[in-house]
Amino acid sequence: MARQEKKKDVVIVGLGWTGSIAGIELAQEGLDIVALERGHDQNTVPNFEYPQQIDELKYGVRLKMMQKPSQQTVTVRRNGGETALPYRQLGSFLPGNGVGGAGTHWNGLNWRPQEVELRLRSYVEETFGADIIPEGMNLGDYPVSYDELEPFFTQFEKVAGISGYAGNLNGEIREGGNPFEGWRSEDFPMPPMPTTYDSSKFRDAAAAMGYHPFPASAGIASTSYVNPYGMQMGPCNFCGFCERFGCYQYSKSSPQTTILGALKRYPNFEYRTQSEVLRVELAEDGQTATGVTYWDEAAQEEVFQPADIVILSSYQLNNVHLMLLSGLGEVYDPLTGEGTLGKNYAYQMNGGISMFFKDEEFNPFVGHGANGICIDDFSISQNDFGAEGFIGGSYWRSGTFNGQPIRNMPLPAGTPAWGAGWKQAIGETYGHAMSIGSHGSHMAYANNHLDLDPTYTDRHGRPLMRMTFNWQDNDLRMNQFMKSKMEPLAASMNPDSMRAGFKGPGAEYDVRPYQTTHNTGGHIMSENAREGAVNRYCQSWKAHNVFAMGAGNFVQNTQYNPTGLVGGLAYHTVNAIRTQYLSNPRPLV
Amino acid sequence: MKTFLRILAGLVIIGVVALLAFIFVPVQRTEPAQALAADWEPAEGQGEYVLDAADCVACHTSDDGERLAGGRAIASPMGTIWSTNITPDPETGIGEWSYADFRAAMVDGLEPDGTHLYPAMPYENYRLMSEEDIRALYDYLMTEVEPVSNEVQETELSFPFNLRFGIRAWNWLALTHGPGFTPADVPELQQRGQYLVEGPGHCAACHSPRSKFMSQDGVTADEENFLAGGVIDGWNAPALRGEGSDLAKWSVGEVAAYLATGRNAHSTANGEMGLVVEHSLQKLTDEDVLAMAAFLKGVDGDAVDLPESFAAAGPTSLEAAEADETGSATAEMLASADPDMPLGARLYMDNCIGCHFATGKGAPEMFPELQGNSMVVGSETMPLISVILNGVEVPSTAKRPMSLRMQGYGERLSDDEVAELVTWLRGAWGNDAPAVSPADVAKVREAGEAH
Repeated sequence: MARQEKKKDVVIVGLGWTGSIAGIELAQEGLDIVALERGHDQNTVPNFEYPQQIDELKYGVRLKMMQKPSQQTVTVRRNGGETALPYRQLGSFLPGNGVGGAGTHWNGLNWRPQEVELRLRSYVEETFGADIIPEGMNLGDYPVSYDELEPFFTQFEKVAGISGYAGNLNGEIREGGNPFEGWRSEDFPMPPMPTTYDSSKFRDAAAAMGYHPFPASAGIASTSYVNPYGMQMGPCNFCGFCERFGCYQYSKSSPQTTILGALKRYPNFEYRTQSEVLRVELAEDGQTATGVTYWDEAAQEEVFQPADIVILSSYQLNNVHLMLLSGLGEVYDPLTGEGTLGKNYAYQMNGGISMFFKDEEFNPFVGHGANGICIDDFSISQNDFGAEGFIGGSYWRSGTFNGQPIRNMPLPAGTPAWGAGWKQAIGETYGHAMSIGSHGSHMAYANNHLDLDPTYTDRHGRPLMRMTFNWQDNDLRMNQFMKSKMEPLAASMNPDSMRAGFKGPGAEYDVRPYQTTHNTGGHIMSENAREGAVNRYCQSWKAHNVFAMGAGNFVQNTQYNPTGLVGGLAYHTVNAIRTQYLSNPRPLV
Repeated sequence: MKTFLRILAGLVIIGVVALLAFIFVPVQRTEPAQALAADWEPAEGQGEYVLDAADCVACHTSDDGERLAGGRAIASPMGTIWSTNITPDPETGIGEWSYADFRAAMVDGLEPDGTHLYPAMPYENYRLMSEEDIRALYDYLMTEVEPVSNEVQETELSFPFNLRFGIRAWNWLALTHGPGFTPADVPELQQRGQYLVEGPGHCAACHSPRSKFMSQDGVTADEENFLAGGVIDGWNAPALRGEGSDLAKWSVGEVAAYLATGRNAHSTANGEMGLVVEHSLQKLTDEDVLAMAAFLKGVDGDAVDLPESFAAAGPTSLEAAEADETGSATAEMLASADPDMPLGARLYMDNCIGCHFATGKGAPEMFPELQGNSMVVGSETMPLISVILNGVEVPSTAKRPMSLRMQGYGERLSDDEVAELVTWLRGAWGNDAPAVSPADVAKVREAGEAH
């Protein structure tokens, strides 16, 4: 018999970025709120203290900030013909753990999608014709437009403390910014970060080829910063420990630096750690949720937490898993196209080139996760899909993130992988290499989806979620296109040698090497209940008092890092709850 | 001879009678200059506001105790004084006190039975408070605070400080002002600030020096040593006026931000001042905080430029300051990264420079300036050593909710290294304060975290 807690107005599942946003915005309404967090509590001090935090082996390699597969994992297969096996060792993607979630260990790259990315199906049909859409691709429009989301992107950027330089200010294109970005109603709240040597070298080469270089938009503070909640960040010192690490300097945008201190002051808000939500409970008629059942790790028992509103704000994979387990929609069937839960799981298609210069010193240890100069000349809005034979695009970036010795030792092609030759190459090469990365879109396909595994269960006896995923020709062609464009640019910089890494035709998904933790889709937004799991306000079509946050809402993945869109959607959703839902709880569409 | 003996005996008798009278004749309570009207009632919330402004909670609440139920140890040069229970519990608190009793404690330092309170209770300052405020505070304590039964430890000082009647004489020396508040000839806002600073805020209790009788040397703004700096429990309470003081360099808005949020463009509040910010100042209205800042800035007669706002919500991007002329040599030496630089400087490079920078200027509202910082160059070195060993926290406040914690380096640095670092800091960027020794560091390490 589960223990039952006192009813709350709102229960928040997961206290990362979107849970913190929902918490503070709804706390301002005076609602009685509890956030349930599976992991531990963590704060800048003591959890991210210097120098313990900048331990590459512990955090970078042994992944101490991440979810352990024994807590939760997925099974993976490449297609419906394979038997999925558990992802027993983290590799390809790294879900976080604990208060702050992935917002504590990200790199800080904060982007908005381009306008056309949110209406991609319509754009493709209007510009190139529906017949270029490949068989098996679930190309869709988001049910909300860039113009509608713009105020919420701005709001998130102010809260998160983003450094950058607007390239499109209310339609005016500004020299030195990104001319291909969506319009901004205001400039960035902080000036761009200073530029490292590799970045300026890339900027010069890109400009010489007629491209349009601009500074990356960074969730890294370039100055002292005070956000609208009065929360603060301190200027970054370029220590180079962002991704996989918590920031000891209060410089990286995170729930800890930008929201949680303010949120914890609300007497109507509380949070419980070591409290893992197992499922959402539905009322008998299935039209609403009555609360959630969670596992209280300290008490070692199940607890029912009743609530009027349920906010699912855990990581994308966990959100989809909870919705599958709770019956918050029908499971997607890739053969019939029926069902919505697990549909349009997508990822990211990345590549890059390393360049080696014997006579150049790059000091790669001077960097940060969102360092760099970018170009968007090969982004989705700039590519001729009809001519090139793919739908998609990428942004390119050059700038060192770190000089960590275990994982960041790029070596020229042909270097021995061990022994005296390897040592000699390390000595000759360290500090003399720079790279350019291509961070590309990933479309949604019938093949790539999520459902419940028929065989494997987790420690609570729940079926694991099963991921069916493989690379598809469309995105691989996009990647090869980027290679063909990037190589001449890299060569124009006259390196002594260079080494390209782009997946090509026939590449198959491998869960072992790290690729990116930009897992998207699975409870996608849609115009109607047939096509997706949630509506334009990220409100469940099935139970109107359940709202799902995060990248699970992405119809297909964009070419950018997802946080900016995740943050914008979160503020859009919370605004709808505040202005439309609370006064009259009902399906908002 | 007989006559002489008679006179002597007479003098002795007079002396004994006087002494007995001194000890046993009850002290007269000071009467209010103007009694409040019989139907006077405090405004809604006034009493709790006075409680906050007078920072009653900080002393009358122990670390893990019920609010206002007393039991906090107050260190004094005479020994430990235990704060009393001021909840309206009839047995252990002030539930049986009349308003006249309460007023006597606030104004004359007297308990209802005439026993003298130790002046750890700042009645030297509270006696300047208005009748309305004292009464509102009384009403709040009696009617809005839940009684808590908590028998607090008796204060037992050693001889002669255990003879409380001696305070009667001390009061003759100390209570040369008041009761009641006398505004200076300044604009109304500054007068309000003066009232808060002199009276409920009792700033002089720490920030004025002590006389040789340990009374406050400078309780009101017309006194020469008012807020000229003091020492409290091993901390420098820096001068709040005069050339070279922090306040002389800060704007009114920066002073107000410091008071309300424990941080401003230059510095952060921790230790004793952190507690004042946490329990008292952050709860005052913007106007009152601004009034205090304006008064402090104008106390030496300088012009007061009022800002439109202070510590406003963001988004605000604040650039860190460049090195100034005094600090440039140190900044350049650090930036040279010369391996031959002194050990203290190298330790700074390895541990501190990421936040406080080569300039020693830190970053606004986040990382305090070390150049000219009153804690860095103070006569008392315990606080700086403790911050390095144990870390320190600026409390979460309403306008700046981030609890800003600097980590400690006690596990990373030896006593010798901390002494090198502290000595170097006390001489860097134009700082000019004497060295500290490893023994000084060892003493602080042994004592544990200051606050």
